[in-house]
Parts: sequence; C-alpha cells; structure tokens
Amino acid sequence: MKLLRVSPSPHMRSAKTTASVMRDVIIALSPALIWAVYVFGFRALTVTLLSVAACVGAEALFCYITKRRQTISDLSAVVTGLILAFNLPVTVPLWLPVIGGAFAIMVVKMLFGGIGKNFLNPALAARVFLFLSFPSFMAGSFAAPDAARGLSPFALSIGLDGVSSPTVLSSIESGVDKRVLVDMFYGNIGGCIGEVSKLCLLLGLLYLLVRRVITWHIPVTYLVSFFLLCFMFPRGDDEALSFALASLLSGGVMLGAVFMATDYATSPLTATGKLIYGVGCGGLTVFFRYFSSYPEGASFAILIMNTFVYYIDRWTQPRRFGGGKHAGK
Amino acid sequence: MKRRGITWFIKEGVLSNNPVLVQLLGLCSVLAVSTSLTNAVGMGVSATVVLICSNLLISLLRKFIPEQVRIAAYIVVISGFVTAVQLLIKAYLPAIDKSLGIFIPLIVVNCIVLARAEAFASKNGPLASALDGLFMGLGYTAALMAVALIRELFGSGSLFGISVFGEGYPGILMLTMPAGAFLCLASVVAAVRHFTSKRRGDK
Repeated sequence: MKLLRVSPSPHMRSAKTTASVMRDVIIALSPALIWAVYVFGFRALTVTLLSVAACVGAEALFCYITKRRQTISDLSAVVTGLILAFNLPVTVPLWLPVIGGAFAIMVVKMLFGGIGKNFLNPALAARVFLFLSFPSFMAGSFAAPDAARGLSPFALSIGLDGVSSPTVLSSIESGVDKRVLVDMFYGNIGGCIGEVSKLCLLLGLLYLLVRRVITWHIPVTYLVSFFLLCFMFPRGDDEALSFALASLLSGGVMLGAVFMATDYATSPLTATGKLIYGVGCGGLTVFFRYFSSYPEGASFAILIMNTFVYYIDRWTQPRRFGGGKHAGK
Repeated sequence: MKRRGITWFIKEGVLSNNPVLVQLLGLCSVLAVSTSLTNAVGMGVSATVVLICSNLLISLLRKFIPEQVRIAAYIVVISGFVTAVQLLIKAYLPAIDKSLGIFIPLIVVNCIVLARAEAFASKNGPLASALDGLFMGLGYTAALMAVALIRELFGSGSLFGISVFGEGYPGILMLTMPAGAFLCLASVVAAVRHFTSKRRGDK
C-alpha cells in the first residue's frame, strides 16, 4: 500500500548527492593527474595513491574509533587526498603524503565535526602544515619534468641532486621567455604534481562548470583580480602583460582557484559573497607573492579567506522575499 | 573553615581544577615556553615556588590587607617573590635564565598566581594556602610538561635535549612554532576533558 509521505520542507529534490558531486570533482581532477604521470613519471602516481589512501584510511579509522557512521563512501576524503597530492612536489619522501593526509582528515576535518563543518580546506591546511614542518622537502627546488621521469616510484626517499631545478616562479622577476609561457600553459615545467598543466586544470574547470558542480564566480573573480593586480603593479624589468601572464601560469594559483577555493564547506554560499571571496583570494595571493618570504602565496591566501567565509555569509545574507529592508537579518 | 585532606588538594590542583587544562589560565607562558621539557620544568618549578610563597604570605596577611587595595597588595607580594626567584635562577642556573628570558619576570602577571591569591589564599589559612599553591603549581607544571613532551618529542625528536629518534628524524618543525603550540595545547586539553568527563559519567 502506498502511503502519502509527509515530511517537513524543503521539498525540492535533486539527484545530486555528496558522492555524485565528489565523483564529478574526481573526474575533473583526472586530466591533471594523467598529465602529472606523463610528465613526472610513475612516482607522481605513487604519491597520489598514498595520499588518497591515507585520507580515506584516516577517515575510516576516526569514524571507527569514535563509533560514528562511516562516511568514507561520500568520496570527499578521496578528493582531499587527490588535492593534497597535487600540492606536493614529486620528489617528496613517501611517508610525507601519509602524514599530510592523516593531518588533513583527522585534525582539520574530523575534529571539527566531519564533512561540511570544517572551517579550513583540509587539503590546503595539510599542505601548509607540511610546508611549515618540512621545508626541505616542500619548498625550494622542484623536479624538472624530464629528470623526474626516471625517479623510482617506490623508493622511500630520493636525493634531489640532478633532478631539481628552480621553478619559473622563483625567478619570475628576471623576465620570462614567450616560449616558456607556452610550456607553462601545457605544463612542461617543474612544480608540484597537479599544478603544472594549466590546460588540464582549465579542462577540469570547464567540466565542473558544465556539470554545475561549481559556479563561475569564485574561479573567475579570483583569477581576474589576480591577473589585474599583477598587470597593474608588475615587478621586474619585463613588460607588464608578460609578467602578469607568467604570474597567472606559474605556481598553484590556477589549481587553487579552480579546486581549492571552490570547496563547498569553506566558501561563501551567495553569489555576492563568492565575488567578495574570489577578489579577496586574488588580492591576498598577490600580496603574499610580493611581500612574504615565500615565492607562492595561493595557499595562505585561500586559508585566510576561508576564515572569513562565516562573516561574508552573514554580510551577504539574502533578504527574504516580501520581507522589509532588515527582515532577513 | 572547612577541613580538607591532602588528597583533595592533589585532585583539585592537578586534575579537576587544573589551572591550565581546566581553568585555562596562564596560557601565554604555556604556549611560549613549552618548546622543550627543560624549559617546561624550569618554568613550572619557578611558578610553583612563587605560588607557594605568595599564597602563604597573602594568607598570613589576609586580615591586614584592606579590601579596596587588595589586588595591588597581592601584586606587590607576588612581584617580590618573582624577583627573588629570578635572581636565584640568574645566579645558579644561567642556562635556564637565558632560555626562559622574559617569561620568569612575567610570572608577576601570570593569572594563575593572582587567581589563587584572590580565590583561595585570601579566604583560607596559611597551611591550606601553601598546599593549594604547591598543587596548583604542580598542576601547571604537569600541563606544561605534557605540552612540551609532544612538542619536543615530535618537533625536534628529542627529550630534555637528548636525541631520541636519531639523526635521520626530520622533525615536524611546525610543532616548535607558535601554531604548533596551540595545536598541542588544544589536543592535551581535549584529551584530559575527554577522560575526566567519561569518569564522571556525563558525556
């Protein structure tokens, strides 16, 4: 017998679930992963798999210890693991992604209540944790594409001699060749595993937009404000346009704008809020790149804006339909 | 005055009313000096000595100190003992003095010392106040050492300056930074809360 189901609002239904959204994000991330394996060799895959395994394992373990419902099937830990691995250089020792994944899930996500309740992006917070804790592995020089291909995928740790080269970002003020710009776009440069190919990241962005997983607001305002600031205040002797393009194509700003700043739990809900958030991320990234002692600032910028999300949401709370001027407040 | 056994003071100071882990007082010094166990012990012992002495003297003087100027009077008593402790450390333990630096004189404004003076010594007899000072001081030292244990062991791979994990251990540098201090302190507080609340049976 069919009974009428009585339930409180909202009554709108959608086929979207957390797992389906996360599956879309994984699909969007895969071109960058395939490119990373092509350009850096199979060690990139090992690092990524370890990071994903650590994240999923940490979440399962946490749920088991605290006797909560298992939440690993929503795939969000997989996404965290992938994004964390994308932020690591291919030359890291293999225990490093495991520590990072455990930190991301246990400390940043689960201790604050699990998915949707973390106030920082877990992968980014873990990246900054690793970056501050193990600067010798995380910062400085990155493996050049061709040299990295020969790295052993299973060696626990590897020497950096002969495989590393300074990245474009660290010497960006002395000018960048036009041909190098093309290489930077395709991803034939040194850098972290997932950040090198801007083409693959943009493909991922396109997929996410078409599938309506994210809206255009955050990535576009982030990248545009970042580009404009670099263009208006160029550094070095190079012409402004070339400097701004090189800035946009180097480091983790594209990866951050597409995949990390758009995390649901740590970005604003309203369109206006997203615009404010995107511009804030762009401005702070430029600020950190110009004035901090580290070459890259995208992760710090996004983390700082993460902490503002609550206030942005409060400021941009929409007015109730039919309500007075202050009714929504 | 209530008669209290010594176990009451131990339980109150170290566990159920621990100045750092339960009252969340004196966090500034805990965060700053918990980078190594040596520092933690030095700081803890100094603060304990000051706590015992100031509690004792304030308790003896409690009938003479006028209500209106009591805080100022407490501070004068406390700073007298802090100065004495600081000079003693400078004379006999110059290495500790060097690594603790400004945090020894800052015991004057450590809120644990003032809180015990106001909340306990001014209302209780000298023996009880001295005992309270001793076990509150030990509670502070224990909390400080717990945080320092995590930070030194995993941050620099050593205990009391002696290497534990060997040369190859890279050290989680962040734990030795201020951010790591907050993380470790929060974890210790959470762990202690978890276990004490379980024993009381309320979740």
